[in-house]
Amino acid sequence: MHDIIVIGAGVSGCAVARELSRKKADILVVEREEDVCCGTTKANSAIVHAGYDAANGSLMAKLNVEGSRIMPELSKELDFHYIQNGSLVVMLSEEDRPNLVKLYENGVKNGVEGLRIIEREELVAMEPNISDAAVAALYAPTGGIVCPFGLTFALAENAAKNGAKFKFDTVVTGLTKIDGGWVVHTNQGDLEAKVVVNAAGVYSDVIHNMVSDDRMTITPRRGDYFLLDRTTGGHVKNTIFQLPGKFGKGVLVAPTVHGNTIVGPTAIDMDQSRKEATNTTKDGLDEVREKCSLAVKNVPLRQVITNFAGLRAHEARHDFFIGEVCDGFVDCAAIESPGLSSAPAIGRMVAGIVTDILGLEDDPTFDGTRKGIVDPKALSFEERVKLIKENPAYGTVICRCETITEGEIIDAIRRVPGAKSLDGVKRRTRAGMGRCQGGFCSPRVMEILARERGVDMNDITKAGHGSELIVGINKDRI
Amino acid sequence: MKEYELVIIGGGPAGLAAAVAARKAGIQDILILERDNELGGILNQCIHNGFGLHTFKEELTGPEYAGRFIQQVEELGIPYKLGTMVMDLAADKTVTAMNREDGLFQLHPKAVILAMGCRERPRGALSIPGYRPAGIYTAGTAQRLVNMEGFMPGRKVVILGSGDIGLIMARRMTLEGAEVKVVAELMPYSGGLKRNIVQCLDDYGIPLKLSHTVVDIKGKKRVEGITLAQVDGFKPIPGTEEFYECDTLLLSCGLIPENELSRSADVALSPLTNGPLVGEDLQTNIPGIFAAGNVLHVHDLVDFVSEEAAAAGRHAAAYIQGGCMSEEAKELKVVCEGGVRYSVPVRICPDHLADDALVTLRFRVANVYKNKKIVVYAGEDVLFSKKRPVLAPGEMETVILKAKALKEHADLDHITVTLEEA
Repeated sequence: MHDIIVIGAGVSGCAVARELSRKKADILVVEREEDVCCGTTKANSAIVHAGYDAANGSLMAKLNVEGSRIMPELSKELDFHYIQNGSLVVMLSEEDRPNLVKLYENGVKNGVEGLRIIEREELVAMEPNISDAAVAALYAPTGGIVCPFGLTFALAENAAKNGAKFKFDTVVTGLTKIDGGWVVHTNQGDLEAKVVVNAAGVYSDVIHNMVSDDRMTITPRRGDYFLLDRTTGGHVKNTIFQLPGKFGKGVLVAPTVHGNTIVGPTAIDMDQSRKEATNTTKDGLDEVREKCSLAVKNVPLRQVITNFAGLRAHEARHDFFIGEVCDGFVDCAAIESPGLSSAPAIGRMVAGIVTDILGLEDDPTFDGTRKGIVDPKALSFEERVKLIKENPAYGTVICRCETITEGEIIDAIRRVPGAKSLDGVKRRTRAGMGRCQGGFCSPRVMEILARERGVDMNDITKAGHGSELIVGINKDRI
Repeated sequence: MKEYELVIIGGGPAGLAAAVAARKAGIQDILILERDNELGGILNQCIHNGFGLHTFKEELTGPEYAGRFIQQVEELGIPYKLGTMVMDLAADKTVTAMNREDGLFQLHPKAVILAMGCRERPRGALSIPGYRPAGIYTAGTAQRLVNMEGFMPGRKVVILGSGDIGLIMARRMTLEGAEVKVVAELMPYSGGLKRNIVQCLDDYGIPLKLSHTVVDIKGKKRVEGITLAQVDGFKPIPGTEEFYECDTLLLSCGLIPENELSRSADVALSPLTNGPLVGEDLQTNIPGIFAAGNVLHVHDLVDFVSEEAAAAGRHAAAYIQGGCMSEEAKELKVVCEGGVRYSVPVRICPDHLADDALVTLRFRVANVYKNKKIVVYAGEDVLFSKKRPVLAPGEMETVILKAKALKEHADLDHITVTLEEA
């Protein structure tokens, strides 16, 4: 019997696992997909919200502010990309000012540092591309941006380093209470644990309802996005939100930590059962196109390199659901935005609850540091020369657009948990994430995956079983 | 690291032809840098025939065509480095490159020829809504998988875009045993060569649907089907949606010159071609940096790439040999009108031309035109006129001007290329 089974390897599940790995405990994370970071975590705004938005007094407000405070230090410990670029909530009409003031006051009550309302002149100086209609803005210097993949891989790898185990392609089909714990029924057989943590994202209602009569309903709330080429980096410096008001609710325009620009999201509520509906729609993309110009002018949409959609795990009460629901079953549910921002704090809170239940002791061998995949671009000329001399694989560029080398890709595959698919490599290294979107490098990454993993090219997938990239060899059906 | 007088970035058809011509013009120290593991570029995956009719007066496959130039490079003993990625090009022509053997290194040549080719426009840039499953490939990626590695990317195929690679792949996939259901083209005309539509679609009974686009992609893990709709302009017409069950969507929706390095060297680019703005000597705004082939503008036939690149090689040689042009020379701008979308070059210095020289202007038109003539004016004078029964955006047009005529109009500030009723 495991001490703890965490259901879900998104950012919440991985944060919980990492915090629990500080303790002497046998931790297993089960995930329905083939990799960590495959659900809500992979498709969102990649924002670390400062914490002025969530209603004062809510758990969301508390954990958001706390998460945002932990993030800078955590990014150093775990070596992932995070930038405190600041955020601006732009007001487009004087008549909306009471809402702006209300937002400011809410933020102050939540404990967000450095909040200021700035007027047009200062705003234009900060953001030359701000809309001509912009009147004023709420400026939050502690707002940040993060690589959601990088954060989640860092948490997962550090958890694994400290003994946590991961089991992928594992779908939880039922939960049965037994003496001193739970049987977790899965498509891969039964597992047992003393405590079960439900961090199942958009499926957290399904898992919750397996054990509780107090029904939960998670509405998958779809957000459509555009990602723009790195040549657009710098169009905005801060994350630009639009204050909901006279002109409706806008979409954000923000830089990413890698220098792209992200634009979105929509907020389209899907039927509760449509938990995999991550397809963008024409209407959704049109809405993003239209709304992004409200607060920012000349958004370079001609430089779009991809569009995508993610699902937020929305619950009607619009707050996180964290706590022991019944004996040894802990919810970490309804984690919608600002879930990414809050993740470090969510991890601590859930780990605290589990620690109390099980009376866990600190593990003195815990090592809270992790080194990310070497980014040769960040090295000096001499350091890079040395790196290639030590390992020539760092001299072979596989992804031209992002100049990702074979060395980085091999590292991504050999890590624990490591990349098994094209998307797994892409999210860890950015190979295939550039302007050609994998046109040139996909066949070469497939070869490296096949070689490193010792599998056939036919078994290489885009994102796990069912997404095989090759269906056979030439003329095999003739 | 040994230094070279001329560094050529790219060992595809443009780079090879440029190297051969520069050597023949007397440049000894030439180095070709190629990112792939063999010379020849994209020709290596173009195993169909039809290459070289202009250059060699015979029909060759892509690898054979490349082979002819590779052989010349070998015979002339021109050095090249494979598996070598140029990481940066500076405006002072410092080339920073990298490979397994040499590590990271810098070169300081007197001249550089940009010959990086182009890339395909990916799905994301087309803003097609829907899921993002496996089974969506650009036509060129599929071509590499099938032709070079022997792997089938799918069984039931829909192709969006009627660019030449898409048309060629429609035939290839059919020959390899896949079912190609339809080729859809957003525009009311094909972007590919007429001969490819006949030989790759018509001959195999593959329908071409003009003014159609993909409006939805079904399938979360692997493509399960796509929905086509007719368009009015660029807007899908409601009610015209048609679902096609398929496991593969190939995209042949345009090629984009790869000018990231050009940008890093402050080379001025054309928003029309996405390639460098060059003079009649194929030199960019940065002295000593030349460009040729698909990095300059997307060609329809490789023969023209070779021809253009050879010219770039000769001009680069002249530059290195000190035939340094006076900077103040007066230029004629090339103005495009009447459906001529762009021209390469964009400027001509008549003073720099030998009296018997010929200047080649290449361009594409913006739409399908019938019974027109291409006319080049210098003021009121007609420098060139040629009747063309059909002009299409998929085919490149060529105009040859005599230096003598240009020199006579050197006092003007521009010449005009236009289309007129024949």
